Amino acid sequence: MIATLLAQAPDWIRPHVDWHALAPELVLVVGINLVLLIDLWLEDTKKWMMASLTGFILLGAFIPVVTLAVIGDDVRSMFFDRYVVDQYALVLKALFLLIGYVIVLMSQNELEEGGYYQGEFYLMLLVSVLGMVMMASSRDLVSVFVALELLSIPAYMMAAWRKRDAKSNEAGVKYYLLGVFASGVLLYGMSYLYGTTGTTKLTEIGARLAEADAGAGLIAMQVIAVVFVIVGFSFKVSAVPFHTWAPDTYEGAPLPVTAFLSVASKAAGFVGLVSMLYLAMYAADGVYEPFIWVLAALTMTVGNVVALRQTNIVRMLAYSSISQGGFILMPLAVLATGDAAESALKAVVIYLLIYAFSNLGAFAVIMAVSRKTQSGEISSFGGLMSYAPGLGLLMTLFLASLAGIPPLGIWIAKLQAFKTLLDAGGGAAYTLAVIAAVNTVIAAAYYMKVLREMWMKPVPDGDVTPINPPQPIWAALGICAAGTIVLGILPGLVLRFADLSDLTNALGG
Amino acid sequence: MDYSNNALLTIGTFLPLVGVLIMMFIPGSEERTHKQIAIVTSGLTLAVGIYTLIQFDYGNSATLQFAVNEEWISVIKSNYIVGLDGISLPLYVLSMAVTFLVAIYTWNNVPDAGNPKAFLMLMLVLQVGMAGSFVAQDLILFFVFFELVLLPMYFMIGVWGGEDRQYASLKFFLYTMFGSALMLVAFLALFFQTGAESFSFEHLMSAGALIDHDVQVWIFAGMFVGFAVKVPMFPFHTWLPDAHTQAPTQGSVILAAILLKLGTYGFVRIALPMLPMGAHEWAPVIGILAVIGIIYGALGCLAQTDMKRLIAFSSVAHMGFVMLGISTLTTFGINAALFGMVAHGLITGMLFFVAGSVKHRYHTLEIKRLSGMLIQMPKMGWILGFAAMASLGLPGLAGFWGEFPAILSAYNPGFGLNPTLFRTLMVVAALGTVLAAGYLLWLYQRTAFGEPNPEFVSHGEPAHSLSAAGNEDHHDEIHDVSVVEWIAWTPFLLAIVVFGVYPQLMFKVLDPAVVQLVERVGNGIP
Repeated sequence: MIATLLAQAPDWIRPHVDWHALAPELVLVVGINLVLLIDLWLEDTKKWMMASLTGFILLGAFIPVVTLAVIGDDVRSMFFDRYVVDQYALVLKALFLLIGYVIVLMSQNELEEGGYYQGEFYLMLLVSVLGMVMMASSRDLVSVFVALELLSIPAYMMAAWRKRDAKSNEAGVKYYLLGVFASGVLLYGMSYLYGTTGTTKLTEIGARLAEADAGAGLIAMQVIAVVFVIVGFSFKVSAVPFHTWAPDTYEGAPLPVTAFLSVASKAAGFVGLVSMLYLAMYAADGVYEPFIWVLAALTMTVGNVVALRQTNIVRMLAYSSISQGGFILMPLAVLATGDAAESALKAVVIYLLIYAFSNLGAFAVIMAVSRKTQSGEISSFGGLMSYAPGLGLLMTLFLASLAGIPPLGIWIAKLQAFKTLLDAGGGAAYTLAVIAAVNTVIAAAYYMKVLREMWMKPVPDGDVTPINPPQPIWAALGICAAGTIVLGILPGLVLRFADLSDLTNALGG
Repeated sequence: MDYSNNALLTIGTFLPLVGVLIMMFIPGSEERTHKQIAIVTSGLTLAVGIYTLIQFDYGNSATLQFAVNEEWISVIKSNYIVGLDGISLPLYVLSMAVTFLVAIYTWNNVPDAGNPKAFLMLMLVLQVGMAGSFVAQDLILFFVFFELVLLPMYFMIGVWGGEDRQYASLKFFLYTMFGSALMLVAFLALFFQTGAESFSFEHLMSAGALIDHDVQVWIFAGMFVGFAVKVPMFPFHTWLPDAHTQAPTQGSVILAAILLKLGTYGFVRIALPMLPMGAHEWAPVIGILAVIGIIYGALGCLAQTDMKRLIAFSSVAHMGFVMLGISTLTTFGINAALFGMVAHGLITGMLFFVAGSVKHRYHTLEIKRLSGMLIQMPKMGWILGFAAMASLGLPGLAGFWGEFPAILSAYNPGFGLNPTLFRTLMVVAALGTVLAAGYLLWLYQRTAFGEPNPEFVSHGEPAHSLSAAGNEDHHDEIHDVSVVEWIAWTPFLLAIVVFGVYPQLMFKVLDPAVVQLVERVGNGIP
């Protein structure tokens, strides 16, 4: 046995490991074990410490991300270009860690007061964030899939965290069943990709597909593979018609988890999709462009139209986040047309970043308000400005940003997405731009509905005792508000990280 | 272009935000402090504006002054470029003056919904958007400022407005949003058609003229809708009467004095010089719609029973004169239009002030119920008369210099536009001034002359005690113009007279810039 292994040894080359580049992941891994162990010995009354510990771990993982970014833009590539840390990966890792931190801030009081399983919750959160951080660097079918499962499986459990609540259980089960199904479809597609190209490395798959495309054309199995991979990720990013799990899961899951799913999990899905599209399946544009076009148009329209009719604010945000997903998909529908590739990448990245801040902020306000009103109805926001002007103002900022009103955050992301479409040109792109423009106005209508409640309607039950959200929520709100405003006014701060050359050259491709 | 990177415009534009930040940290219950901060902040902003007026090189008003060009969003090739020339200078300073005076007026005229903190904060944000739009020299920057005014105005109407405020505010919001969406598409199209190099006005003005004729016509159409909604021009005007009528007095004044000008300013600053051929093709359409607006607005006025709604409709008519001046594509017409913008801002702003104060005293604006204002409050009555005279274009007051040259310019439109058409328009527009005299004098006659309505004379009258229930202190006595009102209004009244007697004061600032603009348009038309 050992002899056979030794016999193979000369073929084995020790992969290059750049410990600095891996530091964020390593900090997280160590932290996960710490949380697991400390939780075992900690008395129930001291469980609150877990939140602080998790927060410190996430901030600790943030430090190497910052140092890597400061040191410069050289690309650090490991495991034969299968795991790459470049500017694109760094900015997304920073995003995922920051989202994780905000979620910790948001869940702290919710978990303490609900008497939930605190240690386990933070463990799951950290594992999920680790999966996302890995996703940003994965450049191989296997690591993409592992990262996806690593981030999804804890999320299934987190959705069902309120275990005595039927709705939360429903949320978890629905999410789990559809998620697993999606993973199956994705894996099916990936296996075809591997089968027809003989490699799992994304750039090599890309090269083979390009050869095939230039030569005899893609074979049927490759076409199916591309479609299946996109379908697999579509579940993750809740694109219509693969969105059916989202509203129920969002409504049933505890609010911090909902915020996590609608922002981080969706962003990770997009990151995986972007890696696959740009590196592996770029040449198959004849297949994915029309497919994504349809997905994007359906997603933004259906999400919006259904959101208009919602009376529950969490469900409304669920559908609105579906429709925002359509806007993020939109530039990908033209990514191989003309020279839109770079512009599309920037649009997706900046959209993910700003959307995260605004949406998390909106959820944080909802948490603060529902602590008092004990209701998720939009009407429970009536008269908010009169008794909680601070929260009302913040909610106004977040919703106006989501509606795309300058100079708040998302306007620049929407602008970049539109610009990509016009850049690509052609009838299909223009049509999609028109559909998106109409959707922007529809979306404004339901965001305005909430604003109207807050500013212009009377307080529903006349109860005007002020709201005193706990400190962590204020901190979360502060981070989100700063992100929404600063990125809206100075988007250049992050836009420069999403250079296409980073993503493609990095791979020696 | 010489970019001195002078911070003056940046300070003038963003100074109100300092006030907003300070107010944010003071509890809303300290209403007096908030009013003081708002007045001081807007006063300081105006001081910066006046300093700008002094520093401005009048011999050189065709070139951009105090220009700044700093990197902003380099990825989409948009820079922070601001600058001021003769076209924008009057409007820039006017916006500061109006905000300051409106802040003073708010001292003891907070709209019914209360909460002066939020109200004044919104007003200061609004000022940033307005001033920024007039100094921006980059399309994306302009768009951001242009949109910045949207939400504050929406809340101003929706929270502090009259009974139908929610309907009116939503209508205002959706109309404007729709217009901006099309406008943005037009901006992006312009950007790509000029080689996707830069969003700066300077670049687009030189490169825009080279775009194909047909493409220009289409892009102009998009901008036309965006700006026409804001002006508002005839078929897009229906949000205006509702918004104006429902808005609180302060909102109406700002809306009339500045916000509407963003649309006409957009035509002059952006649409005309960047798309000369588009402008040339669309000029007859603009002219016809403008004249329809004049007549339609005037007829609308004659049919109104509410004083504020009447003034709102008169805005449609007045903006029609402005657009007619622009559509002639002559220096004469555009000068008149720019003058008309300022004059209309002063005069209609003044009329809305009076309407607000009348409403405050009588709790109604129904023309039928108002009469004998000259007996009950002679000073207010005289001010109303003065503003009405100015509004109908009496020579010697500012309104005249906006209307008369605009009509005159249509006699001889520029660049081969069909003279027969424009002369017809001229005649119809001239008829419009007769109608204007009609509705304004009729309004004045019905409200100011005659005996005061007995229902407002005796004490504790039952007819409107319900509506006045919350205002014990002033429903039983109709008092004349108060000190605060005098302070807020006198500058308006003086400016109307000064510009009326000596219009050259503004024309000499405008003219060089307009001449250059028309030259530019002319160069772009083969």
